[in-house]
Amino acid sequence: MVKYTYKKIDRITFSLLSPKMIKKMAAAKVVTPELYDREGYPVDGGLMDIRLGVIDPGLRCKTCSGKLKECLGHFGYIEFARPVVHIHYVKTIMTFLQSTCNDCGRLMISAEDVLKYKSKMDKALERNDTTTFRRISKLVRLSSRNIKKCPHCKTKQFTVKLEKPTTFMEDNKRLNPIEVRARLDKVPDDDVYLLGLKAEHARPEWSILTVLPIPPVTMRPSITLESGERAEDDLTHKLGDIVRINQRLFENINAGAPEIIVEDLWDLLQYHVTTYFDNSVPQIPPARHRSGQPLRTLSERIKSKEGRFRHNLAGKRVNFAARTVISPDPQIGLNEVGVPKQIVMELTLPEFVTEWNIEWLKTFIKNGPKIYPGANYVIMIDGKKKKISAETQELLITELSPGQIVERHIVNGDIALFNRQPSLHRMSIMCHKMRVLPGKSFRLNPAVCNPYNADFDGDEMNLHVPQTQEAIAEAEILMEVQTQVMSPKNGLNVIGTIEDAVTGNYLLTKDLTMSKEEAVQLLLSIGVTDTERLKKFKANVNGKEIFSAVLPKDFNFIGLCKSCKKHKVCQGKKCETDSFVHIKDGQMLSGIIDTNTIGEGNGTLLRDIHRIYDEITTVDIFGKIFRLGIAFLAKRGFTVKTADADMPEDVQNKVKVILDLALADVDKFIAEFHAGKLKPFPTKSLEDSLELMILQRLNEARNEMGTLIGKTSRPGNSTLVMSQCGAKGNLLNLAQTAALVGQQALRGKRIDRGYKERTLSLFKHNDLSPEARGFIRHSYKKGLNPIEFFFHAMTGRDSLMDTALRTPKSGYLYRRLANAMQDLKIEYDFTVRDANQSIIQFSYGDDCLDVSKSDGGTIDVKKIVSEVAGKND
Amino acid sequence: MIDEGLLKEYKGKVPEPLLNDFRKHATDFNLNKKQQKEVLDKLLERYMTSKIHPGEAIGVITAESFGEPSTQMTLRTFHLAGVAEANVTLGLPRLIEIFDARKEIKTPMMEIHLKSQPKDDRELERLISMIKEIKLSDILSEISVNILHMYIEVKLNKSRLRDLQIKEEEVLKAIQVSMKNIEVSEKDGLLIIKPKLKEITLPAVYAIKEKVKLAHVKGIEGISQVLPVKRKDELILMAAGSSLKKVLEIDAVDETTTISNDIFEMVRVFGIEAARQTIINESSKVLNDQGLEIDARHIMFISDLMTTTGGIKGVTRSGITGEKESVLARASFETPIVHIINASLSGETDYLNSVVENILINQPVPLGTGLPSLVTSMKKEGGKKK
Repeated sequence: MVKYTYKKIDRITFSLLSPKMIKKMAAAKVVTPELYDREGYPVDGGLMDIRLGVIDPGLRCKTCSGKLKECLGHFGYIEFARPVVHIHYVKTIMTFLQSTCNDCGRLMISAEDVLKYKSKMDKALERNDTTTFRRISKLVRLSSRNIKKCPHCKTKQFTVKLEKPTTFMEDNKRLNPIEVRARLDKVPDDDVYLLGLKAEHARPEWSILTVLPIPPVTMRPSITLESGERAEDDLTHKLGDIVRINQRLFENINAGAPEIIVEDLWDLLQYHVTTYFDNSVPQIPPARHRSGQPLRTLSERIKSKEGRFRHNLAGKRVNFAARTVISPDPQIGLNEVGVPKQIVMELTLPEFVTEWNIEWLKTFIKNGPKIYPGANYVIMIDGKKKKISAETQELLITELSPGQIVERHIVNGDIALFNRQPSLHRMSIMCHKMRVLPGKSFRLNPAVCNPYNADFDGDEMNLHVPQTQEAIAEAEILMEVQTQVMSPKNGLNVIGTIEDAVTGNYLLTKDLTMSKEEAVQLLLSIGVTDTERLKKFKANVNGKEIFSAVLPKDFNFIGLCKSCKKHKVCQGKKCETDSFVHIKDGQMLSGIIDTNTIGEGNGTLLRDIHRIYDEITTVDIFGKIFRLGIAFLAKRGFTVKTADADMPEDVQNKVKVILDLALADVDKFIAEFHAGKLKPFPTKSLEDSLELMILQRLNEARNEMGTLIGKTSRPGNSTLVMSQCGAKGNLLNLAQTAALVGQQALRGKRIDRGYKERTLSLFKHNDLSPEARGFIRHSYKKGLNPIEFFFHAMTGRDSLMDTALRTPKSGYLYRRLANAMQDLKIEYDFTVRDANQSIIQFSYGDDCLDVSKSDGGTIDVKKIVSEVAGKND
Repeated sequence: MIDEGLLKEYKGKVPEPLLNDFRKHATDFNLNKKQQKEVLDKLLERYMTSKIHPGEAIGVITAESFGEPSTQMTLRTFHLAGVAEANVTLGLPRLIEIFDARKEIKTPMMEIHLKSQPKDDRELERLISMIKEIKLSDILSEISVNILHMYIEVKLNKSRLRDLQIKEEEVLKAIQVSMKNIEVSEKDGLLIIKPKLKEITLPAVYAIKEKVKLAHVKGIEGISQVLPVKRKDELILMAAGSSLKKVLEIDAVDETTTISNDIFEMVRVFGIEAARQTIINESSKVLNDQGLEIDARHIMFISDLMTTTGGIKGVTRSGITGEKESVLARASFETPIVHIINASLSGETDYLNSVVENILINQPVPLGTGLPSLVTSMKKEGGKKK
């Protein structure tokens, strides 16, 4: 049986370890730097003492008699011959030395001040206001410093200075840690409190170490190399040094060695202890391996991205995960993911045996781990895990009883979490239903590429199989694809049809008719099985009727196309570009389908479907629309060809005229500039104004060409069709391929770098003409000349650098935002509060509206009004 | 006709802006009373189903809403917003600047509104000259060091002075005020600047010459440019540099609408609510410029978070994150050692009531489905009730 633990960590208090506590929690005292004896057995009183835990299989811990992995390890301790300073508490020690009397140990402020500050700090602590608490204690610190005479016992005070990193100097005499400790010892608890410490948790003298806790061996395991040699952990090395020097110090003191030798050894001990805690202290050479590589000691283990916090605690490794290349499959549902058999047989799902599913589960065990669909393990009632193999199969089937758990292979319809990094928003991890498919890649519907920001140029994705019923339910209800259609970023849909599916639907709904047979064939192939509806088709079927067949019968919709001319009064059904999309009772009456209605981000039609119908219907309709587009396009045929960028002779001439006009204008500007006749823009220098004018004129020319090509292209030009319906590309792309690439802009200016006063050595100095400043007069199709090619490469490299530099910057901003805001939540009273329960907003966003449930950030009242008004028509 | 009595019933149940929308559209469609009720009922239902759920981790959602699009922003700092306008920091660097709550921003700007539109260009120019800083170097035609007498001779550009309506005496006074160790006098149409030093050496005189060039003569210090810009029907002045207090002292300036893009300047002059609005406006400006659509609620939320305490806290280790109560939450962000050491000294307790702490120790997080808890006492394992 699974054993449940009801224990929960309620709080964690941090404090300093007192020497007494260190000794109390220790299982052994370490006295020798030796690790193993000649047989390779850990030495008693050594650093690998088996009282501190075991890391060798077979050995048993002497303290708790646990074996490897059963025993978590136990602390030990060593006793220092002379006390040493803990490097991280040097600042605190300094405060105490400066703020307390060198004789009586009292805080050097007057008695009234003590009372005043104490009550303030008590109050702050009551409110749990650590910021104020710290601020006041800092005030105490500052006002008690640099006092010449103790206000209590009138002893003369000397200035204490810190010689970094660990030496304290008073009046140019060295204070050794024994003396320091003696002083800290004298400070009364109340004064300790005023300096910001709580005496029950941290007495100042505990920051001078007289004993050192030795961490358990399990925390610093040694590795056995192939050669049979043992390689010890960095911490063990460091501790070895400490113990060795400590022993020598003991011996020397006992032998009555001269003070200089003792001092030197003491300093050496201090160095080792300091580097044990932190090996990156400035002013101290880091302790190194024999190879010269610095040791990774305690502080380094905690710090930074690879440290304990961010690497092991805030981010954890999981089981039941898979990763492979992704590829597209529009035939599976949006909320499905195709999973290879190999993966499905490895990732299992624990299924509780009940009397109702026992026969079904037996078939899995019968198949075993090698035949799909089989099972890999059975977990018995006592919690023991048994592997299913040819030998154990028979027995397990006969013994199978309710209460056991079978870890069976995944079958179609089991759910999984699907993820692509970087996981920038919550749609980066969604729940899909698994479907076992041949092949070795994950298959996903191209419509969900957008939320994952995935493409198929070699992207890999991760799959996680939730293992408990609770997790499965949560994943299914909260994370499934259909629940994530609307983005919480702006209330627009992140899932929509893309590329070919858009083109297909566009061409289908734009003046097209086909025979009834063809139409029925097309619709059946995408899974529309509403035969009643198909029967109603006439001999010739309109494209709009075909599209209507995928819509629900009671669906009403009004929307606009991308081609909408934005007339002041909408022309409605009489629109000359057929831009008024009107659907009444599931019948499309007018309009053309394009990205404005079914695309991602602004797919108004998809959003309405999502809002009105339940989630399963929504996904079903989304899938059908997508497949309809693709199926139709496959039937019709659609090719992008180089000839799309061909221009008839007259257009070529027109292009030339536009270009010549622009170049003439630019020449005129330059001539005016040289003649000093150019009128600059206000507050801009003459040079800047010229640059701006040239840049504007040339871009204007390029845009003119775009519109020219858009107008004069052969109707049905595939590239143009794609740009018209918003599937891919725009007019500028076409203009650049067909007419000219245009001016290359580097950091918002024309190219003006390279050689002195010229971009390339073949130009004259200060040549301001377009061709010398990165203007490309050829088209991609015609080809660029070497100079143009070079300029093009310059801007290309610049944008590459931009991306490379931007990613870490925005990543860090994101990390900071996430860390600052992670604990903010909506309370039951709809206020927004942080973990401290302090209120950030009284009602979220002033109206408590969930952006992901809104329509682009609001509720569209007009839609409701027109719905109600339209009903009575 | 809108049935006000009916509308009143829905006040407080449905947010005001939505009711205003209703008012507008219902009039457009000329709905009768029955229809109005139907619409309002539907609206209420829509609103209730669109309300955010208690327990929603709204902070994370907001962070995501900014973090995800910020990867698509351009890094290019400057942007030419039209021909006539000056350069402003935009894009990711500006967004970082805002969220960091930097004291010194790269391009401080003021939008100066006027009480009344200037009648002609001359009036406008006079206004501009009151705001724009004029340094000595802007109005001199010659500056040289007289080695013989060891002083500096300045010849002023007379026509420029006339244009700017500055009298020579004013220049003389202004220089004298702006620098301490000099003595200014006039001789034969030249300004003579004598250094008042114990020991007058040539290098020292040269150093003073360079300093004198930058001496403040007229206008407001730190304002390097003032541009008149037409906004709809209003003419406003865009000033590069920020010095609200001094600008507001000018009579013609409308102090109710004049603003700065420096958040700290706004707090100092107008208070925290104005600063909150500035954060909202400035970040929306960046996002709009980049063509990114982010809901206003998210922007408002971050601004609220940065300003709740009455001061401005940045999204940094010393700002919002640094002032968290939980030791572990702070330690898992940046500089863990410092936080743990300080926590141990003051014996801090972490009550584990936010997110990371619970992730660190493998416990459910008190957000979303982890938020609800049972208020009844449970049977203990032994079977006895607690």
